[in-house]
Amino acid sequence: MDSLLINEGFPLLSFLVFFPLAGAVVLFFFSGEKFARLWTLAITIIEAIVSIQLLTGFDQATPKYQFAEAYSWIPQWNINYILGVDGISILLVLLSTLIMPLCVLASWKYIKTRVTQFMFCLLIMQVSMVGLFVALDFILFWVFWEFMLIPMYLLIAVWGGPRKEYASIKFFIYTMAGSVFLLVAILALYLKNGSFFIPDMMWQNYSTTFQVLVFLAFFLAFAIKVPMFPLHTWLPAAHVEAPTAGSVILASVLLKMGTYGMLRFCIPITPDATFMLAPYILWLSIAGIIYGGFTALAQSDMKKLIAYSSVGHMGFVTLGIFVLNTRGVEGSIIQMINHGVTTGALFLCVGLIYERTHSRELSVAQGCGKFMPWYATFLGLFCLSSFGFPGTNSFIGEFLILAGAFEFNKGLALAAIPGAVLAAAYMLRMLQKLLYGTPDNPDQSHLKDLSFREIVYLAPFAVFVFWIGLGPQPFIDLIHVSVTNLLDQLHSWQQVQGVAQVLLQ
Amino acid sequence: MAILPEFALLTGALAFFALSLSKKLDAKQVSNTAVFLGIVTFICSLISFNQNVTVFNGCYQVDLYSQFFKLMISLGLVFVLIAGQNLKGIDISVRPEYYMFLFLSCLGLMSLVSSVELITLFVSLELSSFSLYLMVPMRDDRTGVRVQMEAGIKYILFGVLATGFMLYGMSYIFGLTGTTYINDIVPALKQVASQPAAFFAVVMVLSGFFFKLAIFPLHFWVPDVYQGASNETTGFVATIPKLGAVALLIRFVIMVPGDTQILVNLMIVLALCSMFYGNLIALVQTDVKRMLGYSGIAHAGFILLGLLTLNASGYATVMYYISGYVFMNIACYTVISNVSVDGENLAISDLNGLYKRQPMMAFLLAIGLFALAGIPPMVGFMGEFLLLAGALKQGYLILVILAAINAGIAIYYYLSVVKAAFTADPGDRADVEINGVTKFGSVALVLIIILMGAFPSKIIAFADTAVKTIM
Repeated sequence: MDSLLINEGFPLLSFLVFFPLAGAVVLFFFSGEKFARLWTLAITIIEAIVSIQLLTGFDQATPKYQFAEAYSWIPQWNINYILGVDGISILLVLLSTLIMPLCVLASWKYIKTRVTQFMFCLLIMQVSMVGLFVALDFILFWVFWEFMLIPMYLLIAVWGGPRKEYASIKFFIYTMAGSVFLLVAILALYLKNGSFFIPDMMWQNYSTTFQVLVFLAFFLAFAIKVPMFPLHTWLPAAHVEAPTAGSVILASVLLKMGTYGMLRFCIPITPDATFMLAPYILWLSIAGIIYGGFTALAQSDMKKLIAYSSVGHMGFVTLGIFVLNTRGVEGSIIQMINHGVTTGALFLCVGLIYERTHSRELSVAQGCGKFMPWYATFLGLFCLSSFGFPGTNSFIGEFLILAGAFEFNKGLALAAIPGAVLAAAYMLRMLQKLLYGTPDNPDQSHLKDLSFREIVYLAPFAVFVFWIGLGPQPFIDLIHVSVTNLLDQLHSWQQVQGVAQVLLQ
Repeated sequence: MAILPEFALLTGALAFFALSLSKKLDAKQVSNTAVFLGIVTFICSLISFNQNVTVFNGCYQVDLYSQFFKLMISLGLVFVLIAGQNLKGIDISVRPEYYMFLFLSCLGLMSLVSSVELITLFVSLELSSFSLYLMVPMRDDRTGVRVQMEAGIKYILFGVLATGFMLYGMSYIFGLTGTTYINDIVPALKQVASQPAAFFAVVMVLSGFFFKLAIFPLHFWVPDVYQGASNETTGFVATIPKLGAVALLIRFVIMVPGDTQILVNLMIVLALCSMFYGNLIALVQTDVKRMLGYSGIAHAGFILLGLLTLNASGYATVMYYISGYVFMNIACYTVISNVSVDGENLAISDLNGLYKRQPMMAFLLAIGLFALAGIPPMVGFMGEFLLLAGALKQGYLILVILAAINAGIAIYYYLSVVKAAFTADPGDRADVEINGVTKFGSVALVLIIILMGAFPSKIIAFADTAVKTIM
């Protein structure tokens, strides 16, 4: 176990996991609305600043788990409290810590009732998000995975829109139903290995049937979370009803948990099953890309439009993962971050319009660009980024994924291209309607342009759009070693299996 | 010193007997006395925790195993008393009697877990059961439909039937072994293990406790009794007696002689039936107590999952799980007792908008229900997880998968209650007032549920040692 972990002095990861929890407990005792907002903002900002240390202390040259901590938790069952980050998780951890202060700012005026409880839920949410990405013990992972349902459920159910009951229940039941089998798979793996330490479960000689069953259990849980077509139906409902901050967290971080799970668990734990089932999943991804694109094209509700576009974008991510080559996997990790940045920002933009017009219908907000130049600038930028315009972040991600797909199978890559075109179509349609509209636009002169606070929380997204779009190398450097290590092991595994098969014949 | 908690309970019961003679009763005074005596009992069981003696001619054994359960019983009692402080469902004139029977029932349970001789065991069980039978019809009859009478009669008739089974089995055990001491019975039964009568006898005794635990097909009393009894009584019936039942089930499962495979198969079937039956029927309930009753049947199925492993770690997990179960349920009943305006039953819709009417109760309800649903890091999750792991370790893969599916089904009805409390509009339902002690109790319950779930290793290690002393 120790050979895989690199310890540091200060328990940085534990701090990142439990600091928001401590902050949330304080909210129990002080309940002023203003205090709650300021306090949560302070907590999340401190958390974000502290998490920068992960970057400075991260060794890019090793695939090992860094900043690791290991303590015994339930010795009878060999369940341990083990944390660590590697190239696959570090960007996702940073995404979750950096996006939270912006979510708090975005809810500053949007949330008017039960502010303290709302902030409490946000902080609890952060605990489980960060915890999930750094957990290296399967039970610890599972605890965060399931626990996250409660704050997210409450965010939708209490502060959501008119159909919040339906949406929140659907979200909860879908996710829970998917993860029931995950638990059984975890237990089955434990009985084979006698340990819940995730790296211990990787690259073991399980029988093919066992691998396929475990893979399917994993895949069901993760595919619901991503969500992959045809398991995506909870997503539009949840997105539409959730408050802005909830949508942002959902889109930026929660969906990534599914794809993170596929990378972290499916590939190294069940490599044979991955090779066997990858073709089906790739075509499922293509179906998601095309389906998401067409459905988004037909929406008149902006949140729904972006929700369906998420289905398409996440289809690209799963496509990148299961082509199983360096370009594809690196592209999909970058694309996870891109989607977090761009879609998160788009949801914020929709929230801004909703705060002003109290509607998410495209037709109501038609032609607002004339009166909101700042808003138009930001929205334009994020829309361009969303369909992968060169120079923005998504271009890099989608390009890498498509390059990986071409390397794998030309037909597959060609099938994905219409998705990129569709993305341009639905995004430009939204942009055109929202900013310019038609000559008979409703009177929008009452709309106020962005306030300073709103510019402050949109600006960081814009920075990342350009940063990743123009200079992605630092991001790729962070993940490169871990990704190549994963794929090298995968391919040497394949060769060993091939040799074994030849010998058997 | 060793049987201090029993003395405390007896004193409490006698005190209420004396109080019942007085004509002028102050409701507050009565309930405060009860809570105080409950806390005294808890302290007494803490004091006598590490005792290890045998008294009354070897009939009554005070050891780690019994003291673990006594501690849980007395702690549960404190929370039940706090939950039922207002005792809205019971007329003031019979409250002292009500508390007397409550304490007597606990006394019965405490001596039950210490009994190592069949007659003592039977007397203890009947003491606790008959007190319960009497508490059920004590409900104030404002509606005039007299459901509590029906519930009481059902409870006593089914109860007596189950007792009959158990006595019949005990008579076989005595006939086969010639002794009523459990310590002598175990080796003696092994010698006659080849006879089907030995197996039959133990299963008969087990069925008596299956009744207490409400395992399918001995669950018939549950929904009606839960619904007919007052909220406070149900809060007691649904929780603490299960501790006694589990304690004795473990004692008797250990005893099973010969080929245990038949018993294991029987328990697998019963576990699956209980889980599916309880969960599927709970889905369509509108009365909160009835729903919790059916969910209790499903949870009883989960407990069998631990028992059928037939090893110490399985039993230890069961002890952990049932302790957690008691607190999760008390959390829910605390909410029910406090939200009910006049002691009437609550429909799920009566909880609508609870988070606006009384945020603390809504929070407690959410924690209790999420814990019952098995969401981490609450105790319900850890218990369910360890039970599944234990059963899988023994190779019951299909059983574990079916149980996991059940855990998934259960989410829906728990969530529908949470949904009512958090998303529905309160309408014209009044705000709920709670007093300081209830607030304190609620916070304590939340902490217990979360801390027990997050740090289970100490309790399980302890339960493991305790259960090994009786094996």
